[in-house]
Amino acid sequence: MNESQRYCTFEVEDLFLGVEVSTVQEVIRHQQMTRIPLAPRAVEGLINLRGKIVTAVDLRTRMQLGPRPEGSLPMNVVVHNGEGTVSLLVDRIGDVIEVEPATVDAPPPTLQGRARELIRGVYKLDDRLLLILDVGKAAAVGCADAVAS
Amino acid sequence: MEGFDDNAEIVKEFLVESYENLDQLDQHLITLEQNPEDQNMLASIFRTIHTIKGTCGFLGFSKLERLAHVGENLLSKLRDGELQLDGDRASALLRMIDAIRSILGRIENDGSEGDEEYRELVDLLETLQAPAPRRRSTRKSSSKKRATSTRARGRKQAKSETSPPAQPTAKGSDSNDGQASGTVENAGELLLRSGTIKPEDLDLAIQKQAAGDPRHIGEILVEMGKITGEDVKRVLLQQAAQRGGSLAESTIRVDVNHLDELMNLVGELVLARNQILQFTSRLTDSAFLATTQRLNLITTELQGGVMKTRMQPIGTIWNKFPRVIRDLGRHCSKEVKIRMEGKETELDKTIIEAIRDPLTHLIRNSVDHGIECPQARVAAGKPAEGTVTLRAYHEGGQVNIEISDDGAGIDGERLKGKALEKGICTAEQLAAMNERELQNLIFMAGFSTAEQVTNVSGRGVGMDVVKTNIEKIGGSIDLISARGVGTTFKIKIPLTLAIIPALIVTTAGDRYAIPQLSLLELVRLEPGQEGQRIETIDGVPVYRLRERLLPLVYLDRELGLAAEPAGPSGDGPTNIVVLQAEQAVFGLVVDEINDTEEIVVKPLSKQLKEIDRFAGATIMGDGTVALILDVAGLASHAGVLRGESGGAVASEDSETDSRDEERQTLLIFSIGEGRRMAMPLSLVARLEEVEAAAIEAAGGREVIQYRGEIMPLVRLDQVFGVSDGRQEGRPEHVVVYSRCGRAVGLVVEQILDIVEESLEIETEQITGVGLLGSAVVQGKITDLLDVDGAIQHALPGFFEESESRRQEAVGERS
Repeated sequence: MNESQRYCTFEVEDLFLGVEVSTVQEVIRHQQMTRIPLAPRAVEGLINLRGKIVTAVDLRTRMQLGPRPEGSLPMNVVVHNGEGTVSLLVDRIGDVIEVEPATVDAPPPTLQGRARELIRGVYKLDDRLLLILDVGKAAAVGCADAVAS
Repeated sequence: MEGFDDNAEIVKEFLVESYENLDQLDQHLITLEQNPEDQNMLASIFRTIHTIKGTCGFLGFSKLERLAHVGENLLSKLRDGELQLDGDRASALLRMIDAIRSILGRIENDGSEGDEEYRELVDLLETLQAPAPRRRSTRKSSSKKRATSTRARGRKQAKSETSPPAQPTAKGSDSNDGQASGTVENAGELLLRSGTIKPEDLDLAIQKQAAGDPRHIGEILVEMGKITGEDVKRVLLQQAAQRGGSLAESTIRVDVNHLDELMNLVGELVLARNQILQFTSRLTDSAFLATTQRLNLITTELQGGVMKTRMQPIGTIWNKFPRVIRDLGRHCSKEVKIRMEGKETELDKTIIEAIRDPLTHLIRNSVDHGIECPQARVAAGKPAEGTVTLRAYHEGGQVNIEISDDGAGIDGERLKGKALEKGICTAEQLAAMNERELQNLIFMAGFSTAEQVTNVSGRGVGMDVVKTNIEKIGGSIDLISARGVGTTFKIKIPLTLAIIPALIVTTAGDRYAIPQLSLLELVRLEPGQEGQRIETIDGVPVYRLRERLLPLVYLDRELGLAAEPAGPSGDGPTNIVVLQAEQAVFGLVVDEINDTEEIVVKPLSKQLKEIDRFAGATIMGDGTVALILDVAGLASHAGVLRGESGGAVASEDSETDSRDEERQTLLIFSIGEGRRMAMPLSLVARLEEVEAAAIEAAGGREVIQYRGEIMPLVRLDQVFGVSDGRQEGRPEHVVVYSRCGRAVGLVVEQILDIVEESLEIETEQITGVGLLGSAVVQGKITDLLDVDGAIQHALPGFFEESESRRQEAVGERS
């Protein structure tokens, strides 16, 4: 029970996001990646995670944010949802933080766009807001998002 | 149920064993039905049912036991010649096997026997025991003698039992009785003999049972404190050992999951090995190199070994088919027999599983649509009984499976009408099709020619599904049909899915793997070379490959990595990978051809599954990930397979290519001193490069370790007495030739080319053994190698060995 109230946090652009600690397998630095032609745009490539091939999904693209600034490399947050292992590419890694269940709120109705679909709730921390990412939805990149089509 | 905690384990073993036995039973019963005089078969069936009955009595599965018991009674009457096995009795017994199977299924799922009573089936089996006024067998006396002697043994140890065990001849002995006898005979005897219990204990237990205690003997004995759960387990193991004989000692059961894990680990090891091999090019430490070499060999062998553990004979699925055909034949009022060749052919377990349904479908199809009804067959001058033949054999790293029937064949005209009606093809398209293409229409989605949808096939699951499923595992299916003669489906499938040889190519800076299964040849076009250029037809690039137009597909454009137009690139050399996808042959243009490598196929994640140009991904030697191309997917996107245009022509070309017997495809190589030689490409199993260090000596011959076997090498320069211009330490070019399952490596100086020629052989100039003659190929004098002769010369006795092997194989088969 306590487990689900601890969140591994990270930042994508100016968003402060978190995923449940129990779903996170590991956090690793930027890895060499193999690009996949014709893949959905949010799929950045494939990485070799100790002999396992893991698909990397860029949260910036996924949330329709702008491109990462030149020269900065994303970090990998390797998570497993029910269907397999996915690496989420984020800008910066934060701490693991514990939150009061009472401080959770639904995302504001005025939140629009892709971000709204992917965010399950908002924790009101003292200094900022923690957005809880729906890992399953974030990883579910279909061909609907495919390039050009 | 104190002391029975480890029951679960015993039950599991019982289930596994019983399933295996039941599969055999199906088979045996059908054999028996065809040949009711076969006493051995009958005895074996009786034993199997008896064993099941005995064990389940011991484990307390009373419903199962009752069912087995009535079956056993019927069988014992059959065995004693009182009754004759007819269709009805066989059907009833088969139904009993089904019922047992479904009860076992329940036990496996929730440990209970389920609510189904099978009352009607039990009644039926009992009714069928009534001695029919049929002719009595003359064998009766002798078989009866044997029966009584078996019984006598059973009786001896249960002598104090109040009621005698079910006599085979006694009519309708009641089931309680049978329960006791079945249990005592097996387990009681063992317990007595090992001194675990005294005869009095057994008597007591039996009396309790007779007094209405519903539990079985083992339980009662445990409760009486006479034996422990351990004893029960031991006894069951003893029973298993007795049944299985020596087999039990030399084999063990392993959970498939363990094997899968092992296979994964070996996959990892192969990758690590590949990575280490990459270092060898940079480092020169000789000890390191030697160790690497060893690691390399051991890994290869381990890979082969683990793969072998996952191999299963195809017979494991075929065994179900006689039953399928029998039931189906009865259902459709057709007489069909099944013939099976190559049952022992082995395949990876995952593949066996994957082809089970497609094969079943094809067989049902053969019986339902292929074989005609007896009257029609007789009218056509064929025997009333139709035959479905299953054949399986290994060929070139693949398994071929053929399903043939001697039925009516496929009526192309009828297919035409159907295709039009269903709107699958237009009339023009159909008009352009030859008979063969017409027949292949049955693989199209939404095609079913059964006049009416029968119970058997034509349930919407069509041949297209069969085709898709077979292609999913990297296989292909082909069809040969002649009107009035029959239809043959030819399936080719890879031996294993997990680790495959692949060609690594580079395009737009990324590496891709192409499964070698689809690879035909490689062509490299140097700029400025005569007659070697890419031409375009209305912007579509083609290449003349031996006077045939090869449609070209540019990989970078196909993958959206380069702009569409850009004609054939002018300056650099062009690399064409000639690939076969289904019937079509096309050339894939890549930037660079790197190497061949054994790769471990890993599936793509869900996000990428929809990109059908990729079959999976793999990890390369340097740790990066490379995508595996799906040749069929590429071809279909590039339009190579398009039925009406290039595809059809290309496919026809490839057909004539392989059928044309006057023109031969030759492998041209040199053996030194500028001597050119040729041998038919059809005799070449593989071309290999062998490191000089990998060549070892055995029995005075040079050998290498090749795919887990020792392959002798024959140096053609020595055979023909020329000194080659080879430099020490350079890798050797080896042409692998295999016959009757043995491979020989022919060492040549260099592989020059592959050409297609119609030969005019000059035989007058023959200068020695191992030559068939000479011919002019590509404007140069080329000697034609007599492969067998040369090998005979260099390795006397090689063929005698392989010949005797072959004869053994034939002997086994017949």
